[in-house]
Amino acid sequence: MSSVLYDEIQRLKAQYPDERSAVMPALQLAQAEHGGWLPEEAFREVADALGTTPAYCHSIASFYDMFRLEPVGAFQVEVCTNISCALRGAQAVVDAFVEELGVSVGETTEDGAFTLRAVECLGGCGWATVVAVNNRHRLNVSAGDVSAIARELRHG
Amino acid sequence: MVERGPEIVFAGTDGGAITELADYEAAGGFTALRRARAMTPDELVAELNASGLRGRGGAFFPTGRKWSFVPKPDRIAKPHYLVVNADESEPGTFKDREIMLRVPFRFLEGCLIAALGIESTHVFVYIRGEYEREWEVLVHALEQMKAKDLLGGTTIVLHRGAGAYICGEETALLESLEGKRGQPRTKPPFPAIAGLYAAPTAVNNVESIATVTPILEMGGAEYAKLGVENSTGTRVFSLSGNVAKPGNYELPHGFPLRELIYGIGGGIPAGRTLKAVIPGGSSTAILTPAEVDQAHLDYDSLTGLGTAIGSAAIIVIDDRCCIVQLGVRISQFYEHESCGKCTPCRVGTRWTTQILKKLEAGRGEHADLDLLIDVGEKVNGTCLCPLGDTAMIAIASYVAKFRAEFLAHVEEGGCPFHGASSLEGILAPTDVHAAHGPAELTRPLEVLA
Repeated sequence: MSSVLYDEIQRLKAQYPDERSAVMPALQLAQAEHGGWLPEEAFREVADALGTTPAYCHSIASFYDMFRLEPVGAFQVEVCTNISCALRGAQAVVDAFVEELGVSVGETTEDGAFTLRAVECLGGCGWATVVAVNNRHRLNVSAGDVSAIARELRHG
Repeated sequence: MVERGPEIVFAGTDGGAITELADYEAAGGFTALRRARAMTPDELVAELNASGLRGRGGAFFPTGRKWSFVPKPDRIAKPHYLVVNADESEPGTFKDREIMLRVPFRFLEGCLIAALGIESTHVFVYIRGEYEREWEVLVHALEQMKAKDLLGGTTIVLHRGAGAYICGEETALLESLEGKRGQPRTKPPFPAIAGLYAAPTAVNNVESIATVTPILEMGGAEYAKLGVENSTGTRVFSLSGNVAKPGNYELPHGFPLRELIYGIGGGIPAGRTLKAVIPGGSSTAILTPAEVDQAHLDYDSLTGLGTAIGSAAIIVIDDRCCIVQLGVRISQFYEHESCGKCTPCRVGTRWTTQILKKLEAGRGEHADLDLLIDVGEKVNGTCLCPLGDTAMIAIASYVAKFRAEFLAHVEEGGCPFHGASSLEGILAPTDVHAAHGPAELTRPLEVLA
């Protein structure tokens, strides 16, 4: 494991009266270091740095929606399909991404560039439809914006 | 036009944000904290009680009373903790994120004041993982305050969640903050006695804490003049759905709901008509247009109409929406977010989704309406936390108030919208799970038959 990750986790532990509280922030760091998901190796690293077991770390990661247990694309595109976005055309945005990226919801493109997901409320209900790209929120997205978003992400 | 009144939480921002310390200080920032530091904890609680402030997260519990439940340090010789619930996840609600983005110092100042009120020097802010930019704004604000030594020996830790609606429930939040799966605890003991690390803890919502600051500036009695009896002060209302001008609006409690939708909100666009309003986040009972005309945005008015002010999230629904599809999508959310600890909620939310999907598909029977209510009654009051209860209350209100539309699905053998509903085909995360897993893990209807 990188000593940077180990050291960062030690710094996180120091913030809490009980070191176990650092497990979520530690997994978040490890996930960022491993390209957006948590391979078995990441659980061993976090467990080692925290003095717990990989199984415990896995039990935490599997509970929370933002920890990914399988490889993901470079860009994780998440479309909110909860009520406020749904009432304003979220499904058309989902459909446009499916067409644009050529994958079903829940899948990653063959080139590893994009993972497309439908997610629960992102807390941007007044700016529907909300689309998160690697956890950065784009507001007021309509189906007509999807091609331009994909192009921008592909070509930087 | 009804009087909108002054902004309190967003005062001085002119619609923008104050994210630099020098700007906040120039605008009079930290006068409330200086005042609070000259007061005793009992005097702070008395000031809060005089303000009438009640919790802005959804439960509307009096904030001063909550603080007064935390024992004095000589009674329980453990560190005391202030935990701020910034895990805003109730569908329709997006006010706390705007508070953190636009008035981060007012919020952090409120944290320090609240810590004084419960004699704590340890503050944890649990902020939902999806709010990355909000977290960064708070980190930047906190660094500036540390650099100028404004924390006075109190630590503030900004702790990020990782995607779980249930962590908005206070005991689940505490479990999560302790590095566990976010599943609710049995109460009692209540957090005031045995909260974070089994020590005395107050858990307050972001907006409540951000309101503590102006209350100390203006005085509790002055704050209590805003709003209405039992619902003092202002509230940041999140307006969304089929309305021309969605957004967050800070208004005095008691403001007419109709005026928010048709005046401030610009009405229903595209020549459509109002069908229903969810007034306090997705877990509150729905209102019909006739009820909307009577409703005022305060605790007593909405409780009197059989619903709740909840998280003050108003979702406007126009006539294109199939109410059974609305029920399916709401039920899927609670099914997805049920933590799985209590059987009635874990199983009941799943069954409710399946019954509603059966009705929507035109395979429902008259008895399914009763079955929906029956499942709901089996969930209500039988779990550790209200997640399942509120889901069932919401669904039951759709059946009660739009019964004819449910019956039409049964009698016409399908959706009367014939594919034209605004929610037609909406894909939920649970649909994706179902598509990738074993198709029929449980068959409640067959089991029940």
